[in-house]
Amino acid sequence: METLNYLLDGFGVALAPHNLMFALLGAFLGTLIGALPGLGPANGVAILIPLAFTLGLRPETALIMLTAVYAGAMYGGRISSILLNIPGDEPAMMTCLDGYPMAQKGKAAEALAISAVASFMGSLIATIGLILLAPLLARFALTFGAAEYFALFVLAFATLGGITGKNPVKTIMAAAIGLMIATVGIDNTGVQRYTFGVLELYEGVDFIITIVGLFAISELLFFIEARAGGGKSEIVINKLKLSWKEIVAILPTSFRGGVLGFIAGVLPGAGASLGSFISYTLEKKVLGRKGYFGEGDPRGVAAPEAGNNGASSGALVPMLTLGVPGSGTTAVLLALLISLNITPGPLMFTQNADIVWGVIAALLIGNFLLLLLNIPLVGIFVKLLSVPPMYLLPIVTMVAFVGIYSISNSAFDLYFMVAFGVGGYFLRKLEIPLVPIILGLLLGPEMEKNLRHALDIADGDWTVLWNSGLAIGLWSVAILGLILPYLVGPMLRRRMKAGTETRD
Amino acid sequence: MTMKTPIKLLAALTLTLSGSMAMAFEPSGKVECLAPADPGGGWDFTCRSVGKVLEELDLVPRSVQTINMAGAGGGVAYAHTVSKRAGDEQLLVAASTATTTRLAQGQFQGMDADMVNWIGALGADYGIIAVSKDSEYQDLPALMDALKEDPRAVKFAGGSAKGGWDHLKVLIAAQDAGIENLPRIPYLSYNNGGEAMTQVVGGHVDAFTGDITEAQGFMESGDLRVLAVLSEERLPGEFSDIPTAKEQGIDAVGPNWRGFYMPADISDDAKQYWVDAMDTIYESEEWKQVMKQNGLMPFHMSAGEFESFVKQQIDDIESLSRDIGLIQ
Repeated sequence: METLNYLLDGFGVALAPHNLMFALLGAFLGTLIGALPGLGPANGVAILIPLAFTLGLRPETALIMLTAVYAGAMYGGRISSILLNIPGDEPAMMTCLDGYPMAQKGKAAEALAISAVASFMGSLIATIGLILLAPLLARFALTFGAAEYFALFVLAFATLGGITGKNPVKTIMAAAIGLMIATVGIDNTGVQRYTFGVLELYEGVDFIITIVGLFAISELLFFIEARAGGGKSEIVINKLKLSWKEIVAILPTSFRGGVLGFIAGVLPGAGASLGSFISYTLEKKVLGRKGYFGEGDPRGVAAPEAGNNGASSGALVPMLTLGVPGSGTTAVLLALLISLNITPGPLMFTQNADIVWGVIAALLIGNFLLLLLNIPLVGIFVKLLSVPPMYLLPIVTMVAFVGIYSISNSAFDLYFMVAFGVGGYFLRKLEIPLVPIILGLLLGPEMEKNLRHALDIADGDWTVLWNSGLAIGLWSVAILGLILPYLVGPMLRRRMKAGTETRD
Repeated sequence: MTMKTPIKLLAALTLTLSGSMAMAFEPSGKVECLAPADPGGGWDFTCRSVGKVLEELDLVPRSVQTINMAGAGGGVAYAHTVSKRAGDEQLLVAASTATTTRLAQGQFQGMDADMVNWIGALGADYGIIAVSKDSEYQDLPALMDALKEDPRAVKFAGGSAKGGWDHLKVLIAAQDAGIENLPRIPYLSYNNGGEAMTQVVGGHVDAFTGDITEAQGFMESGDLRVLAVLSEERLPGEFSDIPTAKEQGIDAVGPNWRGFYMPADISDDAKQYWVDAMDTIYESEEWKQVMKQNGLMPFHMSAGEFESFVKQQIDDIESLSRDIGLIQ
């Protein structure tokens, strides 16, 4: 009952006209970012964080806008999957399998509409899951002491492979880079590390500056390298002919996809790609011969879309309750929370109740907005796909610089951002994933602090680290998370690849 | 009423003098308030709320613009004020006990308290020592006795860094209670008071040290038992049942004041103007409202009194930090 009251208050926040407006703006920009091939949700949110600072938004408004961007990017990813057979982001890969064949059969509009409905269902189910699960988990978080938190952070690092794991060595390198950056500043005991007497470095490297540099600025450099040329030739889609019956036909699929996606999202490290993959594979198993998967089955479009949207809301659960992100994008959102002086965890659900529940309510409302944007107005996004980047680039650059400068009015931050941008560009050229860097940077200091605290409390006795049932449980999951990707990962990837090839 | 004539005379004299030589200071154009942290924190709040009251009382011609300059726990803003803003008569910088703590411990390299003008303080948040509702300790002396027996018997959690204000409050109380070997008392530093309190309420750490406004939520829910507030007298209103450390026989006072400093080399007129403005704000209904809404407690000083208070506090913290080996 308490939850319901909080949620109603949350609707009060989310329905305030300016919040609603920014939710709509976020949903629109998010869908656009999702639709542009190569720009994933993590990059999208990173690029738009400076916009929140540029506009000087209040914390709840900034968060509402950026969660709408996040949800929007998950919707948008399918557009280019279906029309161009290029996934807009990684989780939308599975949508290509049946989406593109549908488009080739002249049913692009139907594929887009069905996937929008499925996305809506997936997201709706997962948001309800979030509402039910988050307060429970937040209360449970009180049982987490320093040792348990340390084990949880180890778990988060152990499952890194699951997030980005093509090349484990590069993933580990990236995480190490993040941890190295995290050591800069005055440490817990007042000792200076790598500050070189520069006052600006005393508090360490700002997460937001690193994220905007690594993701947004490097993205700009990539665009410039691609010669910022013209856009793609305009795509024409057919007129929508979708009956109520066809929508009803995909509802069970969407429901299953949403639930599975949510579970995949809640588990740290699994994330949206796994959500969409599991949903698609399960659907294929459940329907068996009754379907014609890979040849343009609408359910083959619905399952992965419900899955990845479900996972995206699910990933918010560990981020909001424990402060441990379940995916790359939630890591970026976590950095935003921290820079707004909001500490995730059990206290946030009472102390910042208006913000948390406002954001959750906004997620529900945003979903309806997105459905609206993505069925009747999908034509706009299709047109925008062909806007040449030379118009987009200067805007993004300007917003990034103004936004970062407005955080602390220091030119130092701008130099840092550009330096991280150039660094990010080279790392991406070397195919070193960026998300582990962010996770290392965000989680490293917390992990170190909790290790210190655990040992302090136990007067230096190391066994405290596995002294409770909860800690042992977390360690076991961490070990599983470390080993499983090596056993299951190659198999999954082989299957994914096989799936993509058989279709061609 | 015989006093009145000479004052009037003096006032008239000053007026003619200043009229003929230089105009008495009055701010013109933009007034800036520098908050040495990101938006959302205490210093940011100080700037924004005082700025608003300054506008409402017509003490500034237009608006007060809050500028956030985070870094080095206020060190970046301090360095900026010292090196780039000397003589700027329209710049206020938010400060608190965190500023004096860092100055005392030499964390603003090469800078000291004499390099700026201390204008005034407009309120304070008082320190508390609290335990979870299931704790065996019922009052502060009981907790201190346990520490006397074994300095590692009680572990403290707080929101500031090691050697920061939350840590020092414990040491100030422990020192007065006659505990030796202060450096042995375990202090665990968290990102903020909320996180530290969660650990205490969850039963993972023994005691919480922080400010009273931070603890309000858990106090109301009954999860946290406040053993003592570190103020001279009991606090007003809802906090009046919390005993002070003093009445329990431990003479420890820990106000976390909120106030302002200004750059060096400003004219006496300008300094006087802002000192008077601080007094006017503190007396105003508008400010009383702000204090009430945000749990700020009575604490006011300005000009010379404030300056000597700041220097005294820095000396105290310095010698305490030296005693416990935080600085050499």
